[in-house]
Amino acid sequence: MVCGNRLPHYFLQEGSMKRVYVNEDVCMGCHLCEIYCQLKHAKSKDLIKAFKKESPRPLPRLRVEEKGVLSLSSRCQHCDDAPCVQACLTGTLTRDPVSRLVTADSERCIGCGTCMLVCPLGALRMDTEHKKMVKCDLCQDEEIPVCVANCPNEALLYMEVPNGNDKLEKKELTQTQ
Amino acid sequence: MSVPEKIKYLIIGNSAGGIGAAEAIREVDKKGTINVISDEPYPAYSRPLISDYLAGDYTVEKMLYRPVDFYEKNSIKTILGDKVIQLDTEKHTVKLESIKPLTYQKLLLATGGSPIIPRIEGNGLQGVFTFNKLDDARSIDEFLNRYTKKIRAVVIGGGLIGASVTEALLKREVKVTIVEMKDRILNTILDEETSAMEAEALVECGVEIITDHTAVSINSYFPGEVSGISLDDGRSIPCDMVVIAVGVQPRLDFIKNSGIKVNRGVIVDRQMQTSVADVYACGDVAEAFDFIYRENRLTPIWPNAYAGGRTAGRNMAGIPDKYPGGTAMNAVKYFGVKIVSAGLVVPPDESYETLREVHDHIYRKIILRDGKLAGMVFAGDIEKSGIVYNLMKDGTDVSSFKEAIISDDFGLTSLPDDIRQAKLATPPDKYISVVTSIEEPEEIVVEE
Repeated sequence: MVCGNRLPHYFLQEGSMKRVYVNEDVCMGCHLCEIYCQLKHAKSKDLIKAFKKESPRPLPRLRVEEKGVLSLSSRCQHCDDAPCVQACLTGTLTRDPVSRLVTADSERCIGCGTCMLVCPLGALRMDTEHKKMVKCDLCQDEEIPVCVANCPNEALLYMEVPNGNDKLEKKELTQTQ
Repeated sequence: MSVPEKIKYLIIGNSAGGIGAAEAIREVDKKGTINVISDEPYPAYSRPLISDYLAGDYTVEKMLYRPVDFYEKNSIKTILGDKVIQLDTEKHTVKLESIKPLTYQKLLLATGGSPIIPRIEGNGLQGVFTFNKLDDARSIDEFLNRYTKKIRAVVIGGGLIGASVTEALLKREVKVTIVEMKDRILNTILDEETSAMEAEALVECGVEIITDHTAVSINSYFPGEVSGISLDDGRSIPCDMVVIAVGVQPRLDFIKNSGIKVNRGVIVDRQMQTSVADVYACGDVAEAFDFIYRENRLTPIWPNAYAGGRTAGRNMAGIPDKYPGGTAMNAVKYFGVKIVSAGLVVPPDESYETLREVHDHIYRKIILRDGKLAGMVFAGDIEKSGIVYNLMKDGTDVSSFKEAIISDDFGLTSLPDDIRQAKLATPPDKYISVVTSIEEPEEIVVEE
């Protein structure tokens, strides 16, 4: 289990599935996760250039939602038995057998939106310029996803899926509530 | 005499359902023999992309549903371009057109659907096509390539297939007239408002739409060639080609006489097993559980075929699994108009409640039954439609927040805390407290 930008990376076993979780009690809705995500997926790796010069403006792969005092940021959870992978009409979405990530081959995407219709979190975004879906890739070339690394309030947790199993996890969750 | 080897998993059909089953089997059984039979000579390809192929945007390679090495990597033997002609469920054998009979342990019928051809005069003429598989797109492509003049086409049927062939034909600069029997196009998957949106987009692209009429004959002036069609009101429309797109029906060919229980499609239980032991079915050929109608129904759509195939595959491999159920569900993007729909699109009677939000190019409609979602149609902004679809699938009572579902700022934060937190799998407190205790010493170091 890790948190914020001080990641004890050794804590994680190789090949284990990690996810970004949100602790909505401490999310302030500052949108920094969104901004860093946009920057990470921008052509220019410069904040000003990415936001002011790049057209179209790079899309974030996550979404920050706010309602009253409640705010949270959500992104693809790389579900076990991911409904988007099952529903994808073209084979764009697949589960990487090694990393266990749900990955998108944008070359194959036709932007039909079937994945969006089945995603329980509404986590997929439409790149209207290129008519393609974009999604969270958990920043594969980074030690920690940039959204987590740059969250100033440690509202985002990058941690192993408890027991590595969705069902157990939900059960555990209800037990603690 | 050698006893023919029993194939552990025999799959008839090489599309979404067959692939779904093969993948599910390989997840739990790495060794058992899998054979896939298809009368189409291609590796599995994305059927919806035949429209893009005809339009000229896609090659066959780009249409492949799985990487080229898929079959090899998963040790799946393919028998392509051959047709099953007989099934003997007692002997567990399948007879094919050109090779020796095969014996199976578990069989999956994923034969899909075939186009319905109305019995009208002239339907066998050259220049009359259907549009369900890659070879159909190829035939139309070859036909168009023969001419330099502007081609006029009549598409009979304004459903999904009719709309996708129209989109492709327009890109090939063909003048298209759609003849729809009902009062509006895409009437099974869209409601009145959204089907009007699509109709408007089509007309803007120069498509002529004739509703409330049917074609009674396809006419020929030069022998063998199409010269036009006649409508039920006596009107005739000149054209050079006709695409029949009135719908698909389960492909029951050899299944009909096999003793397997069939209604409109092959009847399956929640394990996707047919009435006969060791025989499973999924996809367009099967009548599987629909969670909105709460009964077995044909829902001939790609994602349900794949999901049903997975369930069948797991059960075939001995892992008990229950099909969660599917329902009609579509995402369309014809002519740039983005619409998704699922479940009911029009309330069947007064007992259903309908909520609607319309402004600019945004359209949201939900249909409720006893406080639970029974249908949805979203147009314009579809990114968060999945949250709604899953509430519907889970049978969540949404009466306390139904208004929020159609509002502009609907999202996870609109959901009651317990539903939202379960969806996000918010980490239990104990994990968060563990994290905090790790952090504390480091904070002190920072202060030094």
